Amino acid sequence: MFGRGLATLAAVAALVFSGALAMVLFYAPIDADQGFVQKIFYLHVPMALVALAGFVAAGVMAAIHLRTGERAWDLRSYVAIHLSTILGVGVLATGSIWARASWGHWWVWGEPMLVAFLIVFLLYAVYPMLRFSIEDPERQARYASVFAVMAGAFVPVNFAAVRSAEPLTHPQVLSTTGGNMPPEMLATFLVSLAGMTLLYLTLWKLEMTAKRSSEALRRLQRGLARDTDEASARVAPATPPVPAIGGPSPGTPAREAD
Amino acid sequence: MTRAALAILAKDLQTERRTGEAVPAMALFSVAVFVLFRFGLDRESLEAGLAAGVLWVTLLLAALLGVSRLFAAEREQDLLDGVLLAPIDRTGVWIAKAIALLLYLIVVELIAVPAFALLLLGPPLTTALPALALTLLLANVGIAAVGGLVAALAAESRARELITALLLVPLSVPVVLAGSAASAPLFTLAQQPEQLGRWLALLGTYNVIFILIAVAIFDYLLED
Repeated sequence: MFGRGLATLAAVAALVFSGALAMVLFYAPIDADQGFVQKIFYLHVPMALVALAGFVAAGVMAAIHLRTGERAWDLRSYVAIHLSTILGVGVLATGSIWARASWGHWWVWGEPMLVAFLIVFLLYAVYPMLRFSIEDPERQARYASVFAVMAGAFVPVNFAAVRSAEPLTHPQVLSTTGGNMPPEMLATFLVSLAGMTLLYLTLWKLEMTAKRSSEALRRLQRGLARDTDEASARVAPATPPVPAIGGPSPGTPAREAD
Repeated sequence: MTRAALAILAKDLQTERRTGEAVPAMALFSVAVFVLFRFGLDRESLEAGLAAGVLWVTLLLAALLGVSRLFAAEREQDLLDGVLLAPIDRTGVWIAKAIALLLYLIVVELIAVPAFALLLLGPPLTTALPALALTLLLANVGIAAVGGLVAALAAESRARELITALLLVPLSVPVVLAGSAASAPLFTLAQQPEQLGRWLALLGTYNVIFILIAVAIFDYLLED
């Protein structure tokens, strides 16, 4: 079976995420400076953190692929980058809205976090182009993994570089966590972070499941097509042997989702 | 590994000396872009911050030309198979290509920086020259390390030139950022900037990280 445990994970994610939403709306206090708009922080920051962690995790998975040569790790890394890129669009959009509300501009170039995230996003936007412009599947997986390792290491370097370049206007959320954030805000933020992480994991697992089951389906179809070809070539209308439907390579059973 | 790298480097440099494919094009391109900026911005001389940006972006674009030519000979003549047949460490190929690119960049800058000073800069560059040269050298090492990796990464894809450009530009943002921040104060009154050390340290860190990454993963690019 594919996608074992997916339903449970999805249910937990939905629960935590809606819990986080409820806390954001009814529990967390209104920010004294920024008012209601500050609540976008509970969406924007967890999304950014999860997206960046996804990029770095994809680099680690790609490194495992290169080390072990197991194609499954390349697929995992690809799906992680795919989802992080999608979250990245959300990060840029919510960041823009927040910037407009609290600084008065949709985009502030002097703002290192915004710019650093944009650069990372632009780099990862090349990943699908690189990946799908290489035809040979084995080489495609290898080159995509090399990219993922390189870009994963680039993420922290880039943030350090851009951050050291500019004066800080960005709300320093994490560095002041212990200090000036009231406990209600901190609790809401942590629950939001957990909800976003669970959402990411659910989507990741969902896409992995979809990819693997369509791959298995293709394998079955190929096997079936070959069987019917052979059958018609022999001009024997007898029913094709059922066990052979398993595919051209019975040595590699359909891999189960983890 | 060293001997193989040196052999490939010598081959590349000899080809470059005889055909003159990369370096003249890069130098010509940067001078043309400076002229373009001279007319596009239409000023007698640029203020320091703007001048630094123009210099570094132009040098990066010139480097891009070199990067997209790095594996051109190997690809067009199918020479990589020969290299792969030889029992040598693949990392040697990256070392050779990166050093070749580094040398190209240095030669190009020997032409481009005077042209830049002549066309776009008000005050003379003389006293600031050592600091600028050091910054350029560190930045060149970083661009060469990343460029060698990116060239090999893009070499197998269908849209090679596009992928090279799209990869190299975001990856070298920290270099351009540090380089232009370090050199902007040098162009004003040729004074020593107090922040120079910090930017050079940033460039150095970038170089070390990407050299380590390239050594760790270049092997996987030139397999089969």
